[in-house]
Amino acid sequence: MHEMVLNKNQICQLLEDVTDPEIPVISIRDLGILRDIRIDHNHVEVVITPTYSGCPAMLEIERSINNTLKKNNIENFRITTILSPAWTTDWMTEEGKQKLKEYGIAPPSPTNEDDIQCPNCNSRNTSLVSQFGSTACKSLFKCNDCLEPFDYFKCH
Amino acid sequence: MNNHLFNYTLQQADNCLILGQRLGEWCGHGPILEQDIAMTNIALDLIGQSRMLYQYAAEVQGDGKTEDDLAYLRDAWDFKNVLLVEQPNGDFAKTILRQFLFDSFNCYFYEALKDSNDEKLAAIAAKSHKETLYHLKWSADWVLRLGDGTEESHERIQSALNELWPYSAEIIIASDADHDAKTNGYGVNLEEIQSRRDSKIEEVLEEATLTAPEDTFSHSGGKSGTHTEHLGYILADLQFLQRAYPGNEW
Ligand SMILES: [Zn+2]
Repeated sequence: MHEMVLNKNQICQLLEDVTDPEIPVISIRDLGILRDIRIDHNHVEVVITPTYSGCPAMLEIERSINNTLKKNNIENFRITTILSPAWTTDWMTEEGKQKLKEYGIAPPSPTNEDDIQCPNCNSRNTSLVSQFGSTACKSLFKCNDCLEPFDYFKCH
Repeated sequence: MNNHLFNYTLQQADNCLILGQRLGEWCGHGPILEQDIAMTNIALDLIGQSRMLYQYAAEVQGDGKTEDDLAYLRDAWDFKNVLLVEQPNGDFAKTILRQFLFDSFNCYFYEALKDSNDEKLAAIAAKSHKETLYHLKWSADWVLRLGDGTEESHERIQSALNELWPYSAEIIIASDADHDAKTNGYGVNLEEIQSRRDSKIEEVLEEATLTAPEDTFSHSGGKSGTHTEHLGYILADLQFLQRAYPGNEW
């Protein structure tokens, strides 16, 4: 059996398959949950950080990382969860924000949280229904033009 | 093991777990769907915070016990939460008022704890502080809406305030662990938190046209394990599965 030499990019590419179970279009790299991949003598350490401290998706995400690596014959690895620095939506990639919008979730808007754009019709004539949405990371809005309710991924 | 550090971490972990459990009782019973979701979201944040703190407390304890042992296998007299968080939900107004009294402490507490010289506590605080900003905004908004709302909503939240006021001060009365934490730089200065908290409460109550009782009597005992009868019932619910089927897992 030949020795596989692992590199960071390769692992990163594999982990593109690991998505948020609540928002399957967005990978953990897009979300900013994947903080680092450290490789030392073919031992892989995947470093992740939770979005919210009580986020029930984290367990599922760990399981999914675990399965993805094993499926690709990588057995010698460890998943480390770090709390600091605390996760922020600033770490979300531009690509990730675009995917969120296409999926129907308004991406975080750090410049103006009072003026959220409707992901369906792009209107800015929207209003906040509830600070807390279907999950801890989202709040609930409605569009006053197309009348659709939508989730907004809040700045954190 | 550093007993004070252990107790200090447990005090906050227990506050978060018990209030999270209380809020969870609203699941499916909220007055409207959005607020049902808000309460369970906040419950989830609090339970998440308690997990990080229990994990750390278990590490400090260092005898191989885990977060689950601390949450599921201690008795009422081992719990160090303040009496406020174990008070029953009552009506929506009482739940809101209890939440506001807690959030107005919790938010400033974590903000100050970010400067802890204990790296782990500082990291947990930084993560949790962001969450509590939302909690405080939510509960303060509702105190305003109910206080300055209809005659009935005003009456209900004023009576919640009268009932819960004697439970509001305990959290800023320093325990031995609080003293040690402040002296050794891993915890906060409760006097500073108190002044920020008191002005926030005063500001919100005034805008909500509510009046805090003049009586300054304060219940206490929670931090040293003397609880109201309510805690036993909460634990009976919370711990049932692990007590009946030790070591059981999902
Ligand atoms: Zn629209």
